Amino acid sequence: MKNALFAGLILASILFGCKNDTTQEPRKLPYMGLGEIVEKTVDGKTVSDTLPYTVPGFRFVDQDSSTITEAVVENKVYVADFFFTSCPTICPIMKKEMKRVHDAFLEDDRIKILSHSLDPEYDTVGVLRTYAEDLGVDSRRWHLMTGPKDSIYYMAKQYMVSAMEDENAPGGYVHSGAFILVDQQRRIRGYYDGTSPEEVDQMIREIPQLFDE
Amino acid sequence: MSNSPAKRSIKAIWFVAPIVAILLLVVMRSFLGNQSARAGEKLYAQHCAQCHGANGEGYLKLYPPLAGADYLAKFSETLPCLIRNGAQQPMVVNGVTYRQAMPGNAALSDDNIRSILNYINSSWGNELPPVTYKEVRELLEGCE
Repeated sequence: MKNALFAGLILASILFGCKNDTTQEPRKLPYMGLGEIVEKTVDGKTVSDTLPYTVPGFRFVDQDSSTITEAVVENKVYVADFFFTSCPTICPIMKKEMKRVHDAFLEDDRIKILSHSLDPEYDTVGVLRTYAEDLGVDSRRWHLMTGPKDSIYYMAKQYMVSAMEDENAPGGYVHSGAFILVDQQRRIRGYYDGTSPEEVDQMIREIPQLFDE
Repeated sequence: MSNSPAKRSIKAIWFVAPIVAILLLVVMRSFLGNQSARAGEKLYAQHCAQCHGANGEGYLKLYPPLAGADYLAKFSETLPCLIRNGAQQPMVVNGVTYRQAMPGNAALSDDNIRSILNYINSSWGNELPPVTYKEVRELLEGCE
C-alpha cells in the first residue's frame, strides 16, 4: 500500500513535471537599468510613470570601415559585448559562443551583433577585418567595432558592464564577459554570461520573443 | 646491559633508515612525475585551452590545432619561446596559414612551460619525446 502510494507520487511528479515543462509560458524579458521617471497628465490628473532605461546613441567603425551608429540597429534586436582580439583569457570563449549566436540568426535581418574592442589602438579596422575573416563573420550580421577609446569605455558604462585597463591583467584589460541583449527601442532586456554555453543557449531561445512583442 | 631495548631500537633504525629513504625517494619521484603531468594539464586548461581548445582541436582559422600539428615536431626548439613571448608573425600549421597574433604568457615559469610542453607532446594522439627542464631552460635563455 505504502509502495503503491509512493509509486503514484513519483508517477504524478513525473507527469506534472513534464506537463509543467511543455506548457510553461516563457518568461517575459525584463527591462534592465534605472528608468526615467516622467510625469504626465491623464484625465486632468498628474501621474508619474517610469520609462525604461534606453542605451544612448553611438558612432564607431566596423571591420569593413563602415560607420556604425544607432541607426544601424534601428528597429532591430541586438546583442552587444566587449572584447579585444589579442585577449588571452575569456574573449576566445566569448567569440566562440557569439559565433553560435551569429550562426543561429545568420539569415535573420531582424538582429545584429555589435562587438566593441576595448583595445581600439591595436584593433584597427585591418586587424578586425582579418579577425572577422578568420572567424567566418558575415558583415550583414556582426559588426566588430573600433573607435575612440573614450567612446568605447563610455558605452561600456552605458551598457552597465565593467571594462578597464589594468597593466597587471593578462592582455592589459579586465572586462565583463556579458552578452547584453537590447531590444528594438534600445532598451536592455537581458545579460547573459558569454562564457557559458547554457546561458548563451538560453539567450538564443529567448531572442525571438522580442520579435513578437 | 649493553643490549638494552633502547640501544637495540637505535641499531634497528640504522638498518631501516636507508630502506625507508629509498622507498621515500621512489614514491616522491613518481609523485612528482604525476604532479608534473597533472600540472601540465592544469596549466594547459588555464593558459591555452581558451583558444586551442580543451582537446587541442584549435578553432576555425583563428587558432591552430595542437593535436596532430606538424608544427610541434618541425619547430620543437622554438616552442618554449613561443609559449613565453607569443608570436606576431603568421604561422603555418598542417598547411594552413594562421594570421592571428598569439599572446605571450609572461607569468609562466620555465618549469611551467616544460610541464605544458610535455602535456601537449603526449596528449590527443601526439607522441613526441618529453623535454627536460635543462633543455627548456637553455632554449628559454636564447629567446629574442
